[in-house]
Amino acid sequence: MTAHELVVIGGGPAGLAAALAAWEQGVRDILILERDNQAGGILNQCIHNGFGLHRFQEELTGPEYAGRFIDLVKQTDIQIRTDTMVLELTEDRVLHTVSPQYGYETFRAGAVILSMGCRERTRGAISIPGARCSGIFTAGAAQRFLNIEGYMVGKRVVILGSGDIGLIMARRMTLEGAKVLACVELMPYSGGLTRNIVQCLNDFDIPLYLSHTVTDVRGRDRLEQVVVSQVDEKRRPIPGTEMVFDCDTLLLSVGLLPENELSRQAGVEIDPRTNGPVVWENRECSIPGVFACGNVLHVHDLVDYVSAESEQAGKAAAAYLRGERPAGTEIRITNGSGVAYTVPQHFHRGTDAVEFFFRVRAIYKNAAIRVMDGQTQIARFKREHMAPGEMENVKLPKVLLDRVQGDTLSVEIEEGAQ
Amino acid sequence: MDYDVVIIGCGIVGAACAYELAKHDLRVCVLEASNDVANGTTKANSAIVHAGFDPLPGTKMARLNVRGTAMMGELCRKLDVPYRNNGSLVLSLSESDDGILQKLYAQGVANGVPGLALLDRTQTLSMEPNLSPAVRGSLFAPSAGIVNPWELCLALAETAVRNGAELRLSAPVTAIAQTAGGFCLTTPNGKLTTRYAVNCAGVFSDRIAVMAGDRSFRIQPAKGEYFLLDKSEGTRVDHVIFRCPSELGKGVLVTPTVHGNLLVGPNAAPCDADDVANTAAGMDFVRVSAQRSVPGINFRDNIRNFAGVRANSDRPDFIIEASAAAPGLIHAAGIRSPGLSAAPAIGLEVLELLRQAGLELRKKETIIDSRKRVRFHALSDEEKNELIRTDPRYGRVICRCETVTEGEIVACLHTPIPPVSVNGVKRRVGAGMGRCQGGFCGPRVQEIIARELGIDPTKVLMDWEGTWVLSGETKGGTAQ
Ligand SMILES: Cc1cc2nc3c(=O)[nH]c(=O)nc-3n(C[C@H](O)[C@H](O)[C@H](O)COP(=O)(O)OP(=O)(O)OC[C@H]3O[C@@H](n4cnc5c(N)ncnc54)[C@H](O)[C@@H]3O)c2cc1C
Ligand SMILES: Cc1cc2nc3c(=O)[nH]c(=O)nc-3n(C[C@H](O)[C@H](O)[C@H](O)COP(=O)(O)OP(=O)(O)OC[C@H]3O[C@@H](n4cnc5c(N)ncnc54)[C@H](O)[C@@H]3O)c2cc1C
Repeated sequence: MTAHELVVIGGGPAGLAAALAAWEQGVRDILILERDNQAGGILNQCIHNGFGLHRFQEELTGPEYAGRFIDLVKQTDIQIRTDTMVLELTEDRVLHTVSPQYGYETFRAGAVILSMGCRERTRGAISIPGARCSGIFTAGAAQRFLNIEGYMVGKRVVILGSGDIGLIMARRMTLEGAKVLACVELMPYSGGLTRNIVQCLNDFDIPLYLSHTVTDVRGRDRLEQVVVSQVDEKRRPIPGTEMVFDCDTLLLSVGLLPENELSRQAGVEIDPRTNGPVVWENRECSIPGVFACGNVLHVHDLVDYVSAESEQAGKAAAAYLRGERPAGTEIRITNGSGVAYTVPQHFHRGTDAVEFFFRVRAIYKNAAIRVMDGQTQIARFKREHMAPGEMENVKLPKVLLDRVQGDTLSVEIEEGAQ
Repeated sequence: MDYDVVIIGCGIVGAACAYELAKHDLRVCVLEASNDVANGTTKANSAIVHAGFDPLPGTKMARLNVRGTAMMGELCRKLDVPYRNNGSLVLSLSESDDGILQKLYAQGVANGVPGLALLDRTQTLSMEPNLSPAVRGSLFAPSAGIVNPWELCLALAETAVRNGAELRLSAPVTAIAQTAGGFCLTTPNGKLTTRYAVNCAGVFSDRIAVMAGDRSFRIQPAKGEYFLLDKSEGTRVDHVIFRCPSELGKGVLVTPTVHGNLLVGPNAAPCDADDVANTAAGMDFVRVSAQRSVPGINFRDNIRNFAGVRANSDRPDFIIEASAAAPGLIHAAGIRSPGLSAAPAIGLEVLELLRQAGLELRKKETIIDSRKRVRFHALSDEEKNELIRTDPRYGRVICRCETVTEGEIVACLHTPIPPVSVNGVKRRVGAGMGRCQGGFCGPRVQEIIARELGIDPTKVLMDWEGTWVLSGETKGGTAQ
């Protein structure tokens, strides 16, 4: 068994940024383990523009954004081991890995950063009825075929789900000469960023059917037809509203799930709302010395936030390795009305400013975010527009946090705020 | 004559027949319509090795079920097929169910099922704490188990091929003519002659019979639909959990699989023989019924739905007999549940019928009766290292959910029955069976198949003929 100060699982944007931050804080023995044959994570297949607007004030492609971080890492002594899959993580921070070059190995880590990203929800996860034909892909798998392997997956396409990957793929397939017939969304609002709706659907006259879903899939061998129905307020299909699309391809963009098999194995506490670890304000998990950041913690829309969050985790891991331990009693954060989850889930009393990330449950116009200490309002932030597809964040400075009396804070939405 | 025996259909029944026949000095050929073995009902069922208390005493079903189940452990051990003897419980949830358990118990005893026991509520709940609190008692059958049905089929067929049987895939029989002393069978790739033929065509077995001029039975296909849940639900129950059988069949069961997932289903509804589509109504029925026996099942952890078609027939028993209309044709037809459990015994039964019909059976001097494949995830750390040293491809994990390596995929592409599709690889090594359902590894598997078989990636299918995946190259073309 070899020992390292810091081991980072996953060489996507989260892992890279966390490792760099730890390096800047003086950690000198850092190992990044990445199962793919290159670092960069899911960004490698996102060849469209739109990354890095916040961070670099520039529109970069996914590989360019990742490339900037990889270049920075190369200027340090941080080791990146690609083609290396972490198979197991134990509670006492021992990692089991396998790779063609080094075989089966074990490592002991002073601190561990979890940055394994997420995977896509599949047809099974939402139990779409119908035939077992070919031609049904998750949008990300189709994206990999197009952008990495160079193959088209079909010619006439329906997309289920209006998440960002689905929207991006609507445009990508169209540019490749396919006909995208419809984008179908179960909810009464889109799950993607507004800019993607405009640039990927509207600009190409692709209709978006809100409050609709796929109710049948037909085709003995390859997909031949998809049946789309309107749904009622309880999201049940309404008989008589069926539309039939002749198509050979159905792309699913029905959500992402943080990949926490390793975390679960190690005994890290998982929040059922995010499907990611429960973390403190410094992104430390329920197991001391284990930190989490990026899509493994909660699904982000913008990689810029992933990088920022990961730097926090990297810094905290460095502090942990220096022997610093956060003091202060626990203050938990609960979801008030309209809030689906918050990250972090708790913080230490007396800490510096805390930035909360969360998602709302519905579309809100002219509403406010309120942070409550029991009946007392600690802070209130106005928002013209909030949607479940766009992650919200509010930052509470130390002066406000120091006023908290109780041991829970709640974040809630106040409707119709002026 | 080209062959002594031609077997029509390579599901579990055809494969079991081929396995037994290939041990003898015979020219044996298996004709399979699909591009892979186990591509019919054999890949889509409950995967239960039934103890044998369901069939009526005196039927072929009862006899062959109990015999097949008794053979299963040893067979799976020899042929390296995942099998677990976890036992089954039939639950009573009402007073009338109590009576049915008594009847099943008596039937099981008459059929020779070993070790049956009627358990009270406390005993039942102590064995399975996640059952409904409404449970009143159960029938425990220690000989029941679970198996990987398609791997068993593949292992039997592979062993038959190793012992000299010939297997022709994508070779549907389209016509049968009786000739002097045998048959002439037509397939799209030509005709072949044989002294004997065995009809193992599953839901299509009545069509094979009709081709030979035999109209003595009809298949009445009935679909069963399933949920396959993530491994996180795989320990919800440990035994096979049945409801009491009713007019509608054995009812919805809940069971772990040999891969560690949870399988829930099936319903029963008449359908066309080739209709394996899932329906909203069928899935709703399964979900609701299952929760009556195991209320806590988290269907949000579903990873796949599928459906299988039962070869029910207008006869109450398996149709395993010499055709009266076409001498030399042996039927192993209408093999519905417990056909998987009975299959090893059906192979022996067909052998005996062929002998009675005049086929001379001489055992070969040497036969292969074992099989082994690498299951990387199940090896010890030292074994893993050793293997990677000899072939680094075992160090590259392709399927991340099930930890399947490139080495295993490459190896399966060079077995006696190589897969030609992504799902063919999945059935052999498990790549793509996990929670992401091939989202990550599908494209990689596609690439490996193309490379190893020397074909263009756009020619690699998802599964059977016609299930194309890629429509061509992008404008930019392929990068590599
Ligand atoms: C299809 C798609 C389109 C997107 N488009 C945009 C956009 O236009 N603009 C934008 O700002 N953001 C976009 N995003 C979001 C952004 O790409 C993600 O937020 C970001 O990539 C998340 O980074 P991550 O490091 O957390 O995860 P990932 O990028 O997924 O990286 C995780 C890494 O961990 C590795 N890993 C996982 N498990 C193991 C293990 N056991 N052993 C070893 N390695 C492991 C993986 O191989 C992977 O490389 C998009 C995301 C997707 C999926
Ligand atoms: C929902 C369901 C649940 C079940 N659960 C269980 C269980 O838990 N335990 C159990 O013991 N049994 C179970 N069974 C029964 C078991 O699955 C079947 O009895 C068994 O798989 C039948 O195998 P087979 O080889 O006869 O049919 P199949 O597997 O269907 O094989 C028939 C083969 O014949 C081929 N074929 C068809 N026509 C032609 C042609 N013209 N030329 C050449 N080839 C042809 C087909 O392509 C196919 O491969 C279940 C069945 C169903 C449907």
